[in-house]
Amino acid sequence: MLIQEQSREGRRASSQAPLQQVGQLSIPARFRRRSQPALPEVSEMQVVRHYTRLSQKNFSIDTHFYPLGSCTMKYNPRGCNTLAMLPGFLGRHPEAPENHSQGFLACMHDLQESLKEITGMRAVCLSPAAGSQGEFAGVAMIRAYHDARGDTARSEILVPDAAHGTNPASAVMCGYKVREIPTGPEGDIDVDALRQALGPQTAGIMLTNPSTLGVFDRCIGEIAGLVHEAGGLLYYDGANLNAILGKVRPGDMGFDVIHINLHKTFSTPHGGGGPGAGPVGVSARLEPYLPVPMVQKEGDSYRWLTEQDRPDSIGRLSAFAGNAGILLRAFVYARMLGRDGMARVAEYSTLNANYMLKKLQKAGFEAAYPNRRATHEFIITLRREARALGVNTMDYAKRLLDYGFHAPTTYFPLLVPECLLIEPTESEDKDTLDAFIEALITIEEEAESDPELVKGAPHTLPVKRLDDVRAARELDLAWKPGAE
Amino acid sequence: MLEVIGVSSIEQLFDEIPAELRFDGLKDAPDAMSEMEVAQLMQQRAQADGQPLCFIGAGAYDHHIPAAVWEIAGRGEFYTAYTPYQAEASQGTLQLLYEYQSMMTALTAMDVSNASLYDGASALAEAVLMAVRANRKSKSKRVLVPRSLHPAYRRVTHNIVRNQGIELVELPFDRNGGHTDPAALEQFVGEDIAALVIPQPNFFGVLEEVDALTDWAHANQAMAIAVVNPVALALLQPPGEWGSNGVDICCGEGQPLGAPLSSGGPYFGFLCCRQAHVRQMPGRIVGKTLDLDGKPGFTLTLQAREQHIRRSKATSNICTNQGLMVTAATIHMALLGGEGMERVAAGCSANIGLLTDMLTGISGVETLFERPVFHEQVVRMPLLVKDVLRTLSAHNIQGGYDLSTDYPELGGDAVLICATEKRTRVEMERFREKLERLVQMQGMKSCGAMPDA
Amino acid sequence: MSNLPTELKYAKSHEWARDEGDGTITVGITDHAQDQLGDLVFVDLPEEGDSVDAGTDCAVVESVKAASDIYTPASGEIVAVNTALADSPELVNASAFGDGWLFKVKMSDPSELDNLLDADGYQAVAAAEEH
Repeated sequence: MLIQEQSREGRRASSQAPLQQVGQLSIPARFRRRSQPALPEVSEMQVVRHYTRLSQKNFSIDTHFYPLGSCTMKYNPRGCNTLAMLPGFLGRHPEAPENHSQGFLACMHDLQESLKEITGMRAVCLSPAAGSQGEFAGVAMIRAYHDARGDTARSEILVPDAAHGTNPASAVMCGYKVREIPTGPEGDIDVDALRQALGPQTAGIMLTNPSTLGVFDRCIGEIAGLVHEAGGLLYYDGANLNAILGKVRPGDMGFDVIHINLHKTFSTPHGGGGPGAGPVGVSARLEPYLPVPMVQKEGDSYRWLTEQDRPDSIGRLSAFAGNAGILLRAFVYARMLGRDGMARVAEYSTLNANYMLKKLQKAGFEAAYPNRRATHEFIITLRREARALGVNTMDYAKRLLDYGFHAPTTYFPLLVPECLLIEPTESEDKDTLDAFIEALITIEEEAESDPELVKGAPHTLPVKRLDDVRAARELDLAWKPGAE
Repeated sequence: MLEVIGVSSIEQLFDEIPAELRFDGLKDAPDAMSEMEVAQLMQQRAQADGQPLCFIGAGAYDHHIPAAVWEIAGRGEFYTAYTPYQAEASQGTLQLLYEYQSMMTALTAMDVSNASLYDGASALAEAVLMAVRANRKSKSKRVLVPRSLHPAYRRVTHNIVRNQGIELVELPFDRNGGHTDPAALEQFVGEDIAALVIPQPNFFGVLEEVDALTDWAHANQAMAIAVVNPVALALLQPPGEWGSNGVDICCGEGQPLGAPLSSGGPYFGFLCCRQAHVRQMPGRIVGKTLDLDGKPGFTLTLQAREQHIRRSKATSNICTNQGLMVTAATIHMALLGGEGMERVAAGCSANIGLLTDMLTGISGVETLFERPVFHEQVVRMPLLVKDVLRTLSAHNIQGGYDLSTDYPELGGDAVLICATEKRTRVEMERFREKLERLVQMQGMKSCGAMPDA
Repeated sequence: MSNLPTELKYAKSHEWARDEGDGTITVGITDHAQDQLGDLVFVDLPEEGDSVDAGTDCAVVESVKAASDIYTPASGEIVAVNTALADSPELVNASAFGDGWLFKVKMSDPSELDNLLDADGYQAVAAAEEH
């Protein structure tokens, strides 16, 4: 039942709002609304009970193994949350004067400096609010760079066919055309195809490395050379930075600009779909174009650099400084990991993924790239099962929910048919990995002996499989008063 | 585990990375800290920033947040879930988002709402892109944007849309009223305009002539885009009812609905529109449907607009929403209800009236604009605002937002002040008293009675 | 794919065109295409009076998991669109070659039809995709 459907006229959580009645208002009647908005009329306890119950209908990292490939669903340490919500941080107005900001700005500055070293970039700006905003900023900087040189014929951004959908979408938002580059049989980019695609029209290339295929592109050095030779720049999508933290740096691979998904690698909460944070880092030639605001240390004090300080900046992308509270969480996480902990993240996440891959292969599942090492994630394809048993990847995914596991990413990347992209993260222990593998083996047996059981899954959740077609054809996007 | 994999060391798992690219370890990064140590560091830094008395608004507002909001929103099941791709395992988040969409449509009197965007400024940028796509009658990509709109919103929108050939044309504000005079639009009659942006209240806190502006847009084949404060909407006419037909798109900053000030984020942007434009709307949208047994349930819908399916032809590159902030906002609105929201808004309105009266009682302090406001007011000081604010902040009072950088035409003595329902009479009196002393001292100084400090 | 109408012309991008003999063609997507897309939930059609160039996208068909651009097989002016699809996109699934047609084009250059495939040619294209 919706909270709106529990509403009873006149009921209120009375101590939540100011006690005084709405008296005489100085706002003239012609600006006023005619009746109160139809929000729920419920008690405080009803609200608490309703939303507590709703929360219990979710799978989450705190309650379930959540091996969602490409999303890095690692444990979110509670200390990060508690410390980011200290009253001094929580109550700080974004336009607070500098003498009320030094503590906060010190954290931002320290994080900014750490990210520089971790990524091997010259300069970092923390403010993009999410990965997609970081991508936008990155491509906008590439454009600003070419424009500033009068090199305006560069109209194309290259994107591998395995890339996240945000990559081509971001390039288009910056006014570029997108050309797809195919992937070779072993999961590396097809370098010959890249060579042919490069030219005076190339503004740059957007790459994820390790790629979304769960492998490290071994040709990255050659790719960087070719793109730079053609006058283009390299953009690094930091979605998979977790796999290489402290092992190899985007800056050393030859990238000119990167974004980092702090909600992945630096363990800030995913919150049911955000907020994230997508800081960007650049090499020297793109430094003037970084978005604002950035933090600067001057002597012993810190201040924001804004449009006035950085005239060539692509400007600000949110009203203030991005998702500051998320940046604080990432800062605490980085401090608790410390220098040595960073590399351990890459090591254990890679160990876990390779272990799962080998165990699943031994159990008869088909790896998409059997000759390759897994990074922190890997792909298995269920195309044989889909063809032979009529049970597809979505059915396996839904059945996994019955066994108490969140499903891996399904049907992405698009170029591997019937795929599961599995990312265990470094937080999980071997027992959990084994239990998940056992569940997949059991489902495989069920698919052979009783395919309808799998196709009808899930059976144990609050709802059975939902009708997506009905949802899209008969749009019902909001409850309206009087409708039942 | 290594044995199962068939390697002798973890290091061997990285052997596909070309050796010449390998990094031999971090050097500058600090040593690991225990939770206790990092807590001490953070407490020290948080305390350094103090808890000043805040009269700044300018797009972020200090409202009371009921205790239950973050008690519930902070539950691990909300806090550590992700985008509800597996609908059956995410009914909690999905139902909550549907309830949120329903509350936002009730508040704005629009047909549909998405599940949120990053913040108010980027929501406006998305609204502008959406209007240009949706307005099939217009071939131009010209959008009229009042100068009375939040300056950061104007900049962000420009930064996001400029590479798609969209031109933002600035509309001047009336120097007496602080609003956009509908007569200023006369010069654009007959021109091809894709959309008109209408803030309510505007950056100065001033109420705009929203009915006339909305009707002008529609009479000129332009889309009307409202930028509104959701708390103000508990009192003010909702955008869906502006003018004869209401606006086409409505967006704004969701922070006043349960998000702490938190240095500017995370907040969330909201975006609502008419049913006819729903397929042009960016971002996640949740729909109600049925399961195999005919039982109601909720799922992400209209996903074919989005980047993970439509790639380079998506409505936007946005991937997630600001789920956790929306969780808080939904609980916040449920706790307050229509009447509670109205009381909050009325408290704000009463307090800015009181604060204005107190401050303008000081000799030389006066309001700059004559029109009605919501919970902010532009005040002219007898001194440079820069100096006033610096002195006040030394007394732990944040006395407002200096307008001189964004609006040089107003000179150096105009400040934007805000009083939400949280400000008490005692706090306002403290502000008045400090300001009065400052003005008096400065008066003496300028008469030569005191030497320069 | 046994019932591919032989009187139609086909594009590699899975549209069909029927020459109405009066200088107009009716355009739709093939049964193979609708089958690949799955249950359609929305069809975005051009407006009557729009002028279109052969090979450019002028409509979109959407299922839950995919959206596909529709390219007009011939240049000219849109003279009719199938308004029934607004409420019933499923007509394309049920009758791709009949009630599920998308739009009609008054051709500016009827010779463009010669560039299209016949039923056998299209059958080969579609079969190659399925491999």
